[in-house]
Amino acid sequence: MAVDTALVGRTFPPTEPYAVSREKVLEFARATGSEFDGRTAPATFPIVVAFSAMTSLMEDPEVGIALHRVVHGEQRFTYSRPVHVDDRLSATLTVDSLRQIGGADIIGTRSEITDEHGEAVCTAFATLVHRGEEKA
Amino acid sequence: MSDLVSAPAAGDSLPVQTYRVTRADLVRYAGASGDFNPIHWSDRVASSVGLPGVIAHGMFTMALAARALDTWAGAPGRVLELGCKFTKPVVVPDDEEGVEVQVAGTVKNLTEDGVHIALEVTSGGEKVLGMPKAVLVRG
Repeated sequence: MAVDTALVGRTFPPTEPYAVSREKVLEFARATGSEFDGRTAPATFPIVVAFSAMTSLMEDPEVGIALHRVVHGEQRFTYSRPVHVDDRLSATLTVDSLRQIGGADIIGTRSEITDEHGEAVCTAFATLVHRGEEKA
Repeated sequence: MSDLVSAPAAGDSLPVQTYRVTRADLVRYAGASGDFNPIHWSDRVASSVGLPGVIAHGMFTMALAARALDTWAGAPGRVLELGCKFTKPVVVPDDEEGVEVQVAGTVKNLTEDGVHIALEVTSGGEKVLGMPKAVLVRG
């Protein structure tokens, strides 16, 4: 089943605030071999918050996405500032675009990541490729 | 080779960064990122979906590109933009050696926005990310 084009423009509710702990940032920095100055999170750390917004989209029964058919096609971040320890981050996902190519749905998403004051921190653009089912 | 911090110039090649990736790194990244997709740790599941073996998370490879940017910039928190396509999976064998990922970069131009960098991320001589690029804070 193809994903309904009515999805384009839909914005999902903001994710529950994610408290950025020093331990979690250190763990992420170690896992990627990145330098940690005690405060600043690695550049790709916001994927942790964006991922939970994308999960809300993918698990919405009305959207009609089968999770095991989804591949991450493209990712882009633009930063207003780096993520810091003690930030409380929330992501609000909007479906920007939807194309059907060769039986696959190409879903363009944008997650606006804000801090506890509602100030912009980062925008995470993800393109998800949802492969269609084999025709019988 | 330039000093990206003090005097970046268009056309500068940045020192190539080489990183070794093993299965243990993928398990550690799964825990740190919360992405527990079994194609990143189970050969059985990876094969069942037609992959040649366990592959690195695309976001892990992207994180290595970000790590190289921090090294070139001399500190974390200097990235204004970072983007790529996930074009070719990095297969990580179940042995001690794992696989090497190399991150190269060239300064494309300097604008008021920052230092624009074209990256090239390869493994086994093949590009694994599509059009990876970044913008860093100037100065």
